[in-house]
Amino acid sequence: MDKFFIFVLIFPLLGFIVNLFFGKRIKSEKFIGIFSSAVVLIPFLITVYFLIYLYSLEPHSRFITLNLLNWIAAGFFNIQFSFLIDPLSLCMVLVVTGVGFLIHWYSIGYMHNDSMFSRFFAYMNLFILSMLILVLADNFLLLFLGWEGVGLCSYLLIGFWYEKKFTGDAAKKAFIVNRIGDFGFMIAMFLIFLNFGTLNISQFLAAIPVSFEFNSGLLVAVSLLLFLGATGKSAQIPLFVWLPDAMAGPTPVSALIHAATMVTAGVYLIARCSLLYVYSPITTNIVLIIGIFTALIAAVIAAKQNDIKKILAYSTISQLGFMFVALGTFTYWLAIFHLITHAFFKALLFLGSGSVIHAMSDEQDIRNMGALKDKMKITYYTFLIGALAISGIPPLAGFWSKDEILFKTFLNSGLIFYIVLLGIAFLTAFYMFRLVTLTFYGEPRYAANIHPHESPKSMTIPLLILCGLSVIGGFIGLPHITHLPNFLERFLSVVFDKTETALMMYSQVNKPEVSLEIILLIVSVVVALISITYSYKKFSAVKKFKASRGFAKIVENKFYVDEIYDKIIVNPLYFISDKLLWKIFDIKIIDGFINGLADFIKKSGEDWRRIQSGIVQDYALITVSGIIIIIIYLIFF
Amino acid sequence: MIDIQYFLILSAVLFSIGVIGVLVRRNAIVIFMCIELMLNSVNLSLITFSSFFSNYYGQIFVFFIMTVAAAEAAVGLAIIISIYRNKESINIDEINILKW
Repeated sequence: MDKFFIFVLIFPLLGFIVNLFFGKRIKSEKFIGIFSSAVVLIPFLITVYFLIYLYSLEPHSRFITLNLLNWIAAGFFNIQFSFLIDPLSLCMVLVVTGVGFLIHWYSIGYMHNDSMFSRFFAYMNLFILSMLILVLADNFLLLFLGWEGVGLCSYLLIGFWYEKKFTGDAAKKAFIVNRIGDFGFMIAMFLIFLNFGTLNISQFLAAIPVSFEFNSGLLVAVSLLLFLGATGKSAQIPLFVWLPDAMAGPTPVSALIHAATMVTAGVYLIARCSLLYVYSPITTNIVLIIGIFTALIAAVIAAKQNDIKKILAYSTISQLGFMFVALGTFTYWLAIFHLITHAFFKALLFLGSGSVIHAMSDEQDIRNMGALKDKMKITYYTFLIGALAISGIPPLAGFWSKDEILFKTFLNSGLIFYIVLLGIAFLTAFYMFRLVTLTFYGEPRYAANIHPHESPKSMTIPLLILCGLSVIGGFIGLPHITHLPNFLERFLSVVFDKTETALMMYSQVNKPEVSLEIILLIVSVVVALISITYSYKKFSAVKKFKASRGFAKIVENKFYVDEIYDKIIVNPLYFISDKLLWKIFDIKIIDGFINGLADFIKKSGEDWRRIQSGIVQDYALITVSGIIIIIIYLIFF
Repeated sequence: MIDIQYFLILSAVLFSIGVIGVLVRRNAIVIFMCIELMLNSVNLSLITFSSFFSNYYGQIFVFFIMTVAAAEAAVGLAIIISIYRNKESINIDEINILKW
């Protein structure tokens, strides 16, 4: 019965293989599109079935290990190809396959008439497969396989339109920046295997409380290194620079990989290892600070961008920062909650922006849009709801998860962090409604030869479904003051109960006051509303765009982070590789040694051949001298 | 009875004269004769030991050496004649075509 779950992985694999090997021969786009979407839909349905099945079990037996085969067996090093089905991984699988299916469906319309239609779906199916391996893996190495698999698919799909140079550059950037994070991940794995003798996640976590103190050096090192991996994949400071560039790929890719699923892998990883992070509060504080800084900086940058997808990309980075804030305040279920709601509304926003880009004939600059609300009604309304959801307007999905994060931060980390987060929430609403206003309201500013039109049904229906999810998605995690059941927290509590116990030992959690929570909720709603109104007023009347100066210019240029990285990391690396490693080490030392040896043999050969004089007596002389030397040796030694 | 040293010293002296002759003379015939001298000095020491130790193996060796030396002299002289026909000279330092 449990083995049945393997079909969740087999179907995307099947889709990948069929698209890869037979895609070119299948001429029908319709077949490829429907087939590729179906191989994601079926796993979703299976997972729903397993969700119900898991619900019917006792809370503490909701862990199913599915051992398929021995993957690597070498002495002590034993790696199983096995998967862990528990509430946490099921939530992730539901998001990946559910949102993934909608985006596949949407892509049928979006990628229509693309010459590489089947290749696109092959990569998308491969991505779904890798992501499922990532979230289902029960050991670090298998998780790493999925981790690298999604990185590969991200690379392939960012550079999907490889005829343009900048897509290739963006793909390489994403891949290389992620390598830095992966380096941390691998070192963490080595440390875990060296000290725990296993790479199994549950065994590793179970061993922590037995033999380690809080903040023990090893745990801090491992957790920091894993967090470095997470910052790479989840685009946090200092490794966030790849995500905005990743928007070079097709928009469904941005929605699926770079908003809803892959970039949340880091959040999942830390939530999965939550016990480790409770045992190293130092790292957790770093996670909190990095998260809050990333959220702030990305939100500030988003407020001055003009490319519709870049705004959403920075918004994603900012929202991921919120998830890391939740992780940094020990509320792991909340990070997953925000992950889920974010997947809904950010996928919606990206797909909506894709619909706009599609309608505007590949125009992405919001300064050249405007007044689209009557031309494309469905896109407009769904996008508006997505924007309201991310801004935190009740009762939409983003409101519940974001305000819970604000509230928990207030309780666990104090007023200053709360005010910063509130400021970020203000900025979020501001840049989202700047985007909405400039795109959909005001006067049309696009060229006369562009005729915006509503997108086909295959694109609008997924938008509507995601819109529905963005409206109701928040109800799975209602806060305590509503006195309604919080499904998600209760469902996930089995996964995090050991973490909770450990947390109690470390510090006492402040008990929430009901009146305080209500006040904070009202404050954040008021802030969001003020921000939306201000933003709408400010931008609905805009006709001309002035070049920005001073601080605004710095923000528009993304704080020159890319340039700074180029100056202090990339260029020195180029310089060292070119001038030192290539021109000196490679050419002078390696080549020099080999060629020098050959030259030496050649030169000395030329000198020594002079003794071949051709005169017999010279040879005889040499022979005789040799014999004399031997005789002297024999006599005297 | 004469001591064995005298025989051996004579043999060594003859051998050394032969070696020096081979190294310093330019005429191929003379070099050839010097080689014969070396061979016979060796024969002398073989016979000396054979006689002093009452062992006939040495004498048998000498017969072999003499036979081989005779054959070698025939071949060597033939080569020298052949060279002389080609070069009109048997000066060994003019015959140096096998060189770098």
